[in-house]
Amino acid sequence: MNLDFSDEQKALKDQVRRFLEDRGGVAQMRAVLTSDASYDKDLYKGLAELGVLGAAIPEEFGGVGLSHLDLCVVAEELGRVIAPVPVASSIYLAAEFLLQAGSQAQKEAWLPKLAAGEAIGAFALNEGEGRMGPEKIKASVSGGKLTGTKSPVADGDCADVAIVAAKSDSGAVSLYVVDLNGPGVERRTLGSIDPSRGQAVLTFSGAPAELLGGEGDGWHIATQVMDRAAILMAYEQLGGADRALEMARDYALERMAFGRPIGSFQAIKHMLADMYVSATLARSNCYYGAWALASGASELPVAAATARVSASQAFQHCAKNNIQVHGGMGFTFEYDCHLFYRRANALALALGSVSTWEDMLVDRMTTGNVAAAA
Amino acid sequence: MDFEDTPQEAAFRAEVRSWIDANAPKHLEDQLKRANFGDMGITSEDPIQACKAWQKKKAEAGWACLHWPKEYGGGNRTPMERVIWNQEEGIFRALGGLFTIGQGMCGPTVMAWADEETRRRMLPPLASGEEVWCQLFSEPASGSDLAGLRTRAVKAEDGSGDWIVNGQKIWTSGAQNSDWGLLIARTDPDVPKHKGLTMFFLSMKSPGVEVRPIKQANGQSSFNEVYFTDVRIPDSQRLGAVGQGWEVSLTTLMNERLSIGAGMSTGFPQLLSLCMDVEVDGKPAVQDSNVRSKLAQFAVREMGLKYTGMRAITALSKGETPGPENSIGKLVAGATMQDLAMFALDLQGQSGVIWEKDGPHDGRFQAILMRSPATRIEGGSDEILRNIIGERVLGLPGDIRVDKDVAFKDIPTSGRKKAAAAA
Ligand SMILES: Cc1cc2nc3c(=O)[nH]c(=O)nc-3n(C[C@H](O)[C@H](O)[C@H](O)COP(=O)(O)OP(=O)(O)OC[C@H]3O[C@@H](n4cnc5c(N)ncnc54)[C@H](O)[C@@H]3O)c2cc1C
Ligand SMILES: Cc1cc2nc3c(=O)[nH]c(=O)nc-3n(C[C@H](O)[C@H](O)[C@H](O)COP(=O)(O)OP(=O)(O)OC[C@H]3O[C@@H](n4cnc5c(N)ncnc54)[C@H](O)[C@@H]3O)c2cc1C
Repeated sequence: MNLDFSDEQKALKDQVRRFLEDRGGVAQMRAVLTSDASYDKDLYKGLAELGVLGAAIPEEFGGVGLSHLDLCVVAEELGRVIAPVPVASSIYLAAEFLLQAGSQAQKEAWLPKLAAGEAIGAFALNEGEGRMGPEKIKASVSGGKLTGTKSPVADGDCADVAIVAAKSDSGAVSLYVVDLNGPGVERRTLGSIDPSRGQAVLTFSGAPAELLGGEGDGWHIATQVMDRAAILMAYEQLGGADRALEMARDYALERMAFGRPIGSFQAIKHMLADMYVSATLARSNCYYGAWALASGASELPVAAATARVSASQAFQHCAKNNIQVHGGMGFTFEYDCHLFYRRANALALALGSVSTWEDMLVDRMTTGNVAAAA
Repeated sequence: MDFEDTPQEAAFRAEVRSWIDANAPKHLEDQLKRANFGDMGITSEDPIQACKAWQKKKAEAGWACLHWPKEYGGGNRTPMERVIWNQEEGIFRALGGLFTIGQGMCGPTVMAWADEETRRRMLPPLASGEEVWCQLFSEPASGSDLAGLRTRAVKAEDGSGDWIVNGQKIWTSGAQNSDWGLLIARTDPDVPKHKGLTMFFLSMKSPGVEVRPIKQANGQSSFNEVYFTDVRIPDSQRLGAVGQGWEVSLTTLMNERLSIGAGMSTGFPQLLSLCMDVEVDGKPAVQDSNVRSKLAQFAVREMGLKYTGMRAITALSKGETPGPENSIGKLVAGATMQDLAMFALDLQGQSGVIWEKDGPHDGRFQAILMRSPATRIEGGSDEILRNIIGERVLGLPGDIRVDKDVAFKDIPTSGRKKAAAAA
């Protein structure tokens, strides 16, 4: 047994960390948040050049051909600086959809561009408020033309291509590849709690749509790909949780009140200890997830839901208490605390809310996978 | 990143498995399966003798204290082999409970601080289970604040070099079954509290030692009061220098957290099966969305603990020393068990009040309810563990200590105040 990353993976992690810090770390997120830009183009290009975007994409499709474990350590580092780039949409989701279900031609058409950062992908699933399920999908494709409205679509404001869940002619939920720069597509950027990762409403009126995977397989494929994405996203959340904890710790050491550092008050010390506990449990669950993702184990669905629930809550816990430890300063725009708070709460909803994943976790544990949970 | 055995580990596992299969006390298996938290469940024979018999058998075949050197009665095995043994020992591991304190805490302290002759004399019978040890640390006025203890050891006036001990210990688990005790006592009250302590071990059969069982909140009696009246201890049974007792005790306490926290389960698998059994609104509880949300929360904690343990084992197998971050095991497990038990009783409805071995679900959740408060206190309370994480892991400043530079005899304590009021 070896529940750890390899030395090479740790070296990659260090390399990505240095790269992101050299570019300004969290300042990049703030810059996007306060501008009209939907993401940091330079940073995204830099990540592509570093080979990070294509880390888990095979070489024949323009990637680097490393494993998903490598992508996990990259995700953690992106999470630490709450990077303002559409990696989750384009790589964890769009590229994974193509890898898992795409035809040779679809892979050849899009994967090299996604790996090079020349095109951005997104996943268009949601249609309004409430928990998402196959029965809520109204968008439909008829004669190869897509009609309907998807909202919100993460990174839908900047994406070039979307994987869209819609009903086929026969009414079965299926997936389609849609060129968002083609005809019949309208988009509007939505206001968001985390504008550093844009949300958009996409309106399709007869946009050309190409089937991805089998007709009627849409929900099944989407579930599988979202499990994989959930583990990668959990690593982003873990990175964010750790960084928020460190910020709070550093502030608690330096801020004096009542003649002593506030970190010497047990109310603060124990709050920080509890944040550490959340982050540590989440890290262990993420390792379990990474193992399942990389090995394709049958426990992947349980591991994904576990990592997802655990990391979402750890990030939310650390981000909210980071503000608390910072007192009034934590509530200023100038301090970075709110940037983490925004991202934590936005990521907790991406791919489906925490309560949705809790529900899926129990489903999966009670249908044949009980042993894995014990 | 994998959960596979290496070829050597697989071979070791096969060897262990076949030995256990051929030698384990299988006649106890059914009773052990129905064991509850705080109750080993053996009624068909004397549980103490059952524990000792299994330990002896293991020792004779070289399976006792796997990670200890051979000359001290151990198996000289790697940390990973020890983990494999524990996995394979499975349900029979419960029979090792009698020796947890001795082998997990007292043994390592003796190994680190005693001279070679003492180690060779004391450790092998501890490993083989022939001699049981207890930990004589806590006192009525000093639990978390261990260094505030008041049991006194003074040099005998007869020039023998022996020490004479007077005082009282409390909450001493297993003292009633113990042959030896690891005792920390105050040898100098005129210096600040951490500086005037010295560590000893003594025979629990020594004249002047009196063990009185305490009835616990859950109805059992596994811990005791231990009184010392002019108990004589030879100087050769001192561990570390005079005045070095605090430093020695840290070896014990560090090992205590590791052995209590390691691999703790919170009762989640049992909760999950309860949720399939009992009904809410005419359907199995597991279909209720409220129940599901709670179940998921317990699941991620249980699994988080499990994989935290595996990460620690991985670190150990790479030659790293487990650090204070391992405090989270007991911290998470204690609180989770307590919450889980309350939730389980809630699902059982009014029947949740029934606590019988042959009652609903073997009274398992009731046993957890009644025993888990102790988990949050023993071996470092939740609050002390949060301090450890805050200070030793996160590097926050220590609490302000009003008694740090004060001679021990001048520190106010709760016991003393009471004594003063009575006078
Ligand atoms: C929206 C808003 C409006 C405000 N309006 C006003 C106003 O109109 N007028 C005005 O004068 N002020 C105002 N304030 C300031 C507010 O009163 C302070 O922010 C607050 O008293 C906390 O002080 P601080 O920010 O310096 O945090 P700190 O005192 O530095 O506290 C930082 C952290 O340490 C904790 N802490 C500090 N001391 C202890 C202790 N002894 N024990 C345990 N924990 C401790 C705190 O709880 C906090 O979590 C406002 C603040 C906000 C956020
Ligand atoms: C089942 C069981 C078995 C035990 N077995 C043994 C044994 O074998 N040998 C042995 O020596 N002892 C044993 N103990 C004793 C145990 O180590 C002590 O109970 C424990 O250390 C707490 O000490 P205390 O009971 O004096 O509580 P106190 O130290 O008086 O604590 C009371 C409360 O105050 C809190 N508190 C204390 N100090 C601080 C602080 N600095 N900051 C914040 N909060 C604080 C505590 O967390 C607790 O909530 C056992 C206890 C139990 C319950």
